[in-house]
Amino acid sequence: MNPNNYLYVASLLFTIGAVGVVVRRNAIVVFMCVELMLNAANLAFVTFSRINGNLDGQVTAFFTMVVAACEVVVGLAIIVTIYRSRRSASVDDASLLKR
Amino acid sequence: MIIQTPETVMFWVLAPVAVLAALGMLLVKKAVHSALLLAWVMITLAIFYIAQDALFLGIVQIVVYTGAVMMLFLFILMLVGVDSSDSLKETIPGLRPIAITAAIGFGGLLTSLIGRALIGHSAAGLDQANSAGNVQALAKLIFSTYVWPFEVVSALLITAALGAMVLAHHERTVARPTQRESAIARFRTGSLASAAGLPGPGVFARHNAVDVPALLPDGSPAPTSISATLKARGDMLESAPFQLDVVDTTVVEEK
Repeated sequence: MNPNNYLYVASLLFTIGAVGVVVRRNAIVVFMCVELMLNAANLAFVTFSRINGNLDGQVTAFFTMVVAACEVVVGLAIIVTIYRSRRSASVDDASLLKR
Repeated sequence: MIIQTPETVMFWVLAPVAVLAALGMLLVKKAVHSALLLAWVMITLAIFYIAQDALFLGIVQIVVYTGAVMMLFLFILMLVGVDSSDSLKETIPGLRPIAITAAIGFGGLLTSLIGRALIGHSAAGLDQANSAGNVQALAKLIFSTYVWPFEVVSALLITAALGAMVLAHHERTVARPTQRESAIARFRTGSLASAAGLPGPGVFARHNAVDVPALLPDGSPAPTSISATLKARGDMLESAPFQLDVVDTTVVEEK
């Protein structure tokens, strides 16, 4: 086997996450799909680190994890705020600017 | 470098499972099931990291992602309502076919590009970079080359914590009622009988179980003493067989 196979898995996971962001309606599920995309990118970073034989990719994946943690904290706070005012976590309901 | 057989077996067992779990995330109706499938994908990725000589990242993946982030997701799901299942019917007509077509195009492009870019490349492997230990080598990089991004990221974390606090903050529009005001409100509104609090279940009845209504001093059952949940579930017992005038109160001496 070749380490490239990990990259194929990463690209598949990233694509699935992207479809989820577009297709799903529940804001929390959309958010989980964003997390899936970030994780796929991390897997690619770690694999590239192994292919190139240096640890810079792993450091980048580490920073991505920290940024993802921040993103989760703020994003979930936003979802809770929207839910508190609109009693719904569906992304379709928060379309006030359209009307 | 040559990848040993155990890792190959591990990969071909776990990779399809991870992709299937990710696909399941899109297809299941309930958000909780999506969260559990995502947790499974994250654990699989942690195993992949450890297999690829990224021991530190594998542990961090389990601690931060499956530990902290997924718990946060489940926590918010419980707060927003577990039963809120997503309707899977599309609200924008034609969105789903377009999304799937675009995804197949994008995925195919990404896969073929990676395949072409890596033809003839052999992986260097991390044996040399990890010679002093993975954590030590990472620490050396983070605190020398990447020390500035590291500081910026710490500022970002603090900002995110502050932002979450600001977003979760709830401004009071009316003043909090004092104890005196709430006591007055309790006696002025509703019946005076409920001002002293509702009777507990089983009081004065022969049974003191929570599913038996209390008996009022005149012997009639008090339905307000039973939790509304038990009543809705139909788990409430009739108090009639336990009433004092039905129960045989003659004392039989036992030897």
